Amino acid sequence: MIKNISNLGDAALYCDFGTEVNKQINSEVIKYFNSIKEKNIEGINNLTPSYNKLIISYDLRVTNFSEIKDKIEKLNVIKAVKTGNKNLEIPVCCDTSFSLDIERLEKKLNLTKKDILSNFFDKEFFCYMTGFIAGLPFLGDLDENLRAERLETPRVKVPKGSVGITEQFANIYTFESPGGWNIIGNTPLELFDSSKEKDPNLINPGDTIIFKQITLEEYKNYNE
Amino acid sequence: MSNNYFETIRAGVNTTFQDKGRNNLYHIGIPFSGAMDNRNYLLANKLVGNKLDLPVIEFAYQGPLLRFYGDKINIVITGDVVFKIKQNNKEIDGNCYETYELRNEDEINILSTNKSVYGYLAISGKFDLKLQWGSCSINTKANIGSNDGKKLKNEQKIKISKVNENINKKKINYQNSKIENIRIIKGTNFDYFSEDGKKIFLEKKYTVSKLSDRMGMRLEGPKIENIVNTNIKSEGLLKGVIQVPADGNPIIMLSDHGTIGGYPKIAVVASVDYDRLVQISPGSKIKFKEIELSDAETLFKLYEMETQNLISQI
Repeated sequence: MIKNISNLGDAALYCDFGTEVNKQINSEVIKYFNSIKEKNIEGINNLTPSYNKLIISYDLRVTNFSEIKDKIEKLNVIKAVKTGNKNLEIPVCCDTSFSLDIERLEKKLNLTKKDILSNFFDKEFFCYMTGFIAGLPFLGDLDENLRAERLETPRVKVPKGSVGITEQFANIYTFESPGGWNIIGNTPLELFDSSKEKDPNLINPGDTIIFKQITLEEYKNYNE
Repeated sequence: MSNNYFETIRAGVNTTFQDKGRNNLYHIGIPFSGAMDNRNYLLANKLVGNKLDLPVIEFAYQGPLLRFYGDKINIVITGDVVFKIKQNNKEIDGNCYETYELRNEDEINILSTNKSVYGYLAISGKFDLKLQWGSCSINTKANIGSNDGKKLKNEQKIKISKVNENINKKKINYQNSKIENIRIIKGTNFDYFSEDGKKIFLEKKYTVSKLSDRMGMRLEGPKIENIVNTNIKSEGLLKGVIQVPADGNPIIMLSDHGTIGGYPKIAVVASVDYDRLVQISPGSKIKFKEIELSDAETLFKLYEMETQNLISQI
């Protein structure tokens, strides 16, 4: 359920579902997202679901805050969560040339590289949301012992394909981008294909992900 | 298909094709993009007799030097732009908001935007462009849009698929108004900041940093102290959102912004001031002024009416 609706500027509604991050709250967000999408409400031009918030953008030339708020409060929310979620395996190479922050993590977490990686590759991840840059998935949840803060100074350029972790989350940089997550490896897999306008993202909210460690040799041969 | 085209003798600093942008893609990580200064985009299309949502060339600071090959075409420049037109080997100074007819091998040389950032070039016709999600708008970050999602290069061909003949010369008198006070609405994390921090944000001047582009405008000035948490759980962003990262310097999200972010949102720029905000050049000072939601809605309506009035005069 939405706990509170407020305005974010003059052209968006900020729907707050709570402060915790878990699958249950996130699936509530996704239910609203799907219901609003289906309803095709005039003036709404974008929806951004995240862990526990939903931002609804609208065209201020067509509608306004109180009109959209009213429609959202009266909305019939679809009960069932949309099915069709995928289980995916993502290959990741953790060669030292890719695992840029492994030494930092070893120190911060007081674990060896081997321990960090075996824990990471044993884990099944859930995709909460996609965004920041096109197709980038926000995945969770990491075990308590792998949770580290972001870098004090974010990198200006994180290489494309980098797999990063911070707090309880993992992500994959779909493009070269600035970023502050701890990088542990790199995937040769393309996660975003702009030529597929209907479904450009390989990973979508609700999907389940496992990572599979590959060697540098396998990485180099992956796209050949 | 016509045989008309431009050649980019010089591409310029950041020259892209833009239109109204693309909707309903935030959830997969794709922002609106589109022309930064919407009013000048609409005026450009209207002056050359186009439908208002056609692609135009957007440039920043130094624009392109283009040579036209073909029969004839009308062009117009909008914004606050210094440019020259070479017609029949004679060079003249160009005026913004006034159309010019180019003939074979005539040139347009866009030298600079004058104490502003973005300008627009529209042609009486259609560029031959591939659209993605219904828009040509180039997002260089994710290589989305026409021209393979990349900014224009030197010595490339810009094909024109259709030319509208018999366009009358058109001209309007319009002066872009400059602003220093940017009106804002309090953000969802306004109370993350100390009383002193809030006061500083609303009373002190900030300088626009050189590290500003279509994604965001970075500001430098007195630091804004955060007393709750310098991170929030990542959530959606919008153009105009002002985030304050741990270093205390605000960043304003612009049209190619990341769709999700984890820094507290101190405020959001009112829609009425967006077109003028993006035109504030690095080194200039800005100051924020808080307004209520209802005022922001009214002011935007008035701004929109003014834009429609200008369009209807053409």
